[in-house]
Amino acid sequence: MSAVFAVSHLSKEFGGLKVSRDISLAMNEGDRLALIGPNGAGKTTFVNLVTGRIPPSAGSVHLAGEDITSLGAVKRVRRGLVRTFQVTRLFPDMTPEEHVVMTILQRLGKATRILARFHGDSAARDEAAEILATLGLTEVAHRKVATIAYGQQRLLEIAIALAQRPKVLLLDEPAAGVPSSDTPRIEEALARLPASLAVLMIEHDMDLVFRFAKRVIVLAAGELIFQGLPAEVARDPKVREAYLGSYAHAGS
Amino acid sequence: MQTALSIAVDALAYGMALFIICIGLSLTMGLMRVVNLAHGAFAMIGGYIASYAARDLGLGYGFGIILAMIGTMIIAVPLERLLYRRIYDRSELSQVLMTIGITFCVIGITNYFFGPTLKTIPLPAELARSVDLGFRSIAGHRLFVIVSGLVVAGGLWFLIERTGFGIHLRAAVENAPMARTLGIRTEIIYAASFALAIGLAAFGGVVGAEFLPIEPYYALRYMVTFLVVVSVGGAGSIPGALAACLLLGAIDVTARYLVPDFGNFFFYLAVILVVCAFPRGLMGRAQ
Amino acid sequence: MATATPMPVIPSASRTLGRDFLGLALIALVGLAGYWLFPDNLAFLTRVISVALLVLSLDLIVGYCGIASLGQGALYGAGAYAAGIACVHGITDPGLLILIGAAAGAVMGLLMGAIMLRAHGLPQLVLSIAIVQLLHEAANKASSITGGSDGLSGMSPAPLFGLFEFDLWGRSAYLFGLGLLLIVFAVLRFVTRSPFGMVCRGLKEDPLRISALGIYAFPVLLKMFVISGAVAGMGGALAAIATQVVGLDSVSFEISANALVMLVLGGIGHLYGALIGTVIFMALEHIVAAINPFHWMTLVGAVLIAIVLFAPRGLSGTLDELARLLTRERWRAGR
Repeated sequence: MSAVFAVSHLSKEFGGLKVSRDISLAMNEGDRLALIGPNGAGKTTFVNLVTGRIPPSAGSVHLAGEDITSLGAVKRVRRGLVRTFQVTRLFPDMTPEEHVVMTILQRLGKATRILARFHGDSAARDEAAEILATLGLTEVAHRKVATIAYGQQRLLEIAIALAQRPKVLLLDEPAAGVPSSDTPRIEEALARLPASLAVLMIEHDMDLVFRFAKRVIVLAAGELIFQGLPAEVARDPKVREAYLGSYAHAGS
Repeated sequence: MQTALSIAVDALAYGMALFIICIGLSLTMGLMRVVNLAHGAFAMIGGYIASYAARDLGLGYGFGIILAMIGTMIIAVPLERLLYRRIYDRSELSQVLMTIGITFCVIGITNYFFGPTLKTIPLPAELARSVDLGFRSIAGHRLFVIVSGLVVAGGLWFLIERTGFGIHLRAAVENAPMARTLGIRTEIIYAASFALAIGLAAFGGVVGAEFLPIEPYYALRYMVTFLVVVSVGGAGSIPGALAACLLLGAIDVTARYLVPDFGNFFFYLAVILVVCAFPRGLMGRAQ
Repeated sequence: MATATPMPVIPSASRTLGRDFLGLALIALVGLAGYWLFPDNLAFLTRVISVALLVLSLDLIVGYCGIASLGQGALYGAGAYAAGIACVHGITDPGLLILIGAAAGAVMGLLMGAIMLRAHGLPQLVLSIAIVQLLHEAANKASSITGGSDGLSGMSPAPLFGLFEFDLWGRSAYLFGLGLLLIVFAVLRFVTRSPFGMVCRGLKEDPLRISALGIYAFPVLLKMFVISGAVAGMGGALAAIATQVVGLDSVSFEISANALVMLVLGGIGHLYGALIGTVIFMALEHIVAAINPFHWMTLVGAVLIAIVLFAPRGLSGTLDELARLLTRERWRAGR
């Protein structure tokens, strides 16, 4: 079976400074991959390269067999490469339902219709209600996002991503900023993501990584230094040197 | 040939007058991130003061300039403390609205006190004469404006790039909290730069009065011109502002000589073309 | 903040529809009250309606898309001149003239949007100014078509529905304008509630989020420019029909800046705000500017400063806030 998502020899230079060097990875359907790395390892650059917000200096990105390297960010989303944001990007004056309905309408090619009522599409509203229910957001579905808890906003980010029916989902630190009492709800939501979906999670929280990921890759100084099972990460000398060593001292 | 030369001299002098007025606006916009549409209002206040001092009190041109700069700065500093400081972090729309409001107030108040008439600033005999440059003679005032523009450009460059104040200013702009931890009094730096920008506006308003006459609606009439010039140059860049002023000044003056009934048509056409080609200004900084 | 929202608000179709009818009825009522109360000022009131259409159109750009523009007069003027020129050349049906104004405004909106959307922030604002100034100079230069600085005159629109003459007292013009305003307002209520309107609101808030949903910003914003142009163009055409003169001031920076001030006064992002702001601004201007134009400038300036400092959401936003506070108090008191 061919990979649903493949990055080959991806590099980025900013005026001679190499921030991503020759990164290659492949993901299959149902993959649960975590990308970790110390601060400044180039994770944000990697996300920007993959999502098409900045063009690479070299290398290619393939989605479902198609070369999407030259496509812009919006086209990549439309092809099924969907991301969430490290800091939630939601519309404070809209309700969770409105966020999800807008997403569904976009998927159906109806998001920019003028001669229709936004709240009049009952099929979209039903689907939105269903998605919000699976994430436990039914109670707050009609409240303005500005008034709901941050943990619920993070869940809404995931709900929006699911409503896009992605082939590949990039989760950018899905639990960042969430109080620890709420992280179990996020983890639960992550555990219930569609089994066939390929998920790439960028995350700091090692506990979350170990519970969620089947495979882990480690980025340090713009380079991919490890690719393997979560259990092997801690034993890898390169990783220990670049990352876990300092993490262990500082973190646990 | 003769016409071409006088167009060139006028264009250069007009561009320099624009530069003296606009460079302060460029600095407040580029460094302090305030879209100050009231900048022209301060040039107008300067013009009113100079006219009052030179014409009504008979104090002379030089005195007029100095009083204009000092008087305008005295008005500007409390405004900075009371009003501008509250919009440093607000949206562009808020800044535009408040500074349009300040402009309206300035127009209303100055005209209430000074009357709605054109204010002339009599030139001293030395500047009213023409000066022989050997190959050609040009009006002394034009030469004065051109030299003043060069002095202002050089002086500002030196101030920002080569002095302690410049270092503090750039630090405050790059990272205000960091600058404060290093012991730099950012509010004082901001107030001082604001006063400097306003003083230059007043200076430019006075020396540029031959091109942009001081009249009741001055602040509104040229508000757009100044904003446009700064935006074309790229806010915060001295060479950018100089290039924009000389380019747009040349286009404006040449068009007025050759096709007077088109008014500002070519000026604004040039603005649209330049902004479309360089959306961040001729020498704007990357965001 | 208000964590204790009493009940989830489920937007029901019938309720919003009812509220819309109430709003429209209110506008019609106020408009008719103006007709009975100020029969000698109908020409001025018609001008208020015409400018209200301009401010509504600006609200679509500024309030719903978050694009600051100081050049909305370009769209208004395009409609005014198109209708005026058509009328001089023998197309005299008022309804048709409004449509011509709308079409001209829409085309100008398309052009203006295509240019303005190339830039962001300050350069974008400067482009809007440059466009209106450029058109102003062009209209001045092309005096053989536009009448130049003397203004375009010599139009005589046909009676409304073949029955009501556009007479000296301006009764027909005013009622025609009021009807037009009601129709436009109803349509805009619908547009702002459409999926398209929601996406525009989203773009104003966070363009990156919208692009992450797979939506291109440019065509959406361009469409809004076209709609806005049509609305502004109708406002311009109404002014041309009512006054039977089109002056250079209809395509000027001044009218554009005033429109923005009115919008901010009323509150951006609310269609009602645009109307409230226009009426208050123009009524005050009518009274104060007649006494002393410089007092008027000082007053407007002071009001603008006060709004930015104390009521950034404008009158309607502040009223909303007030209403919310009051109802919440009552809700608490009732428990």
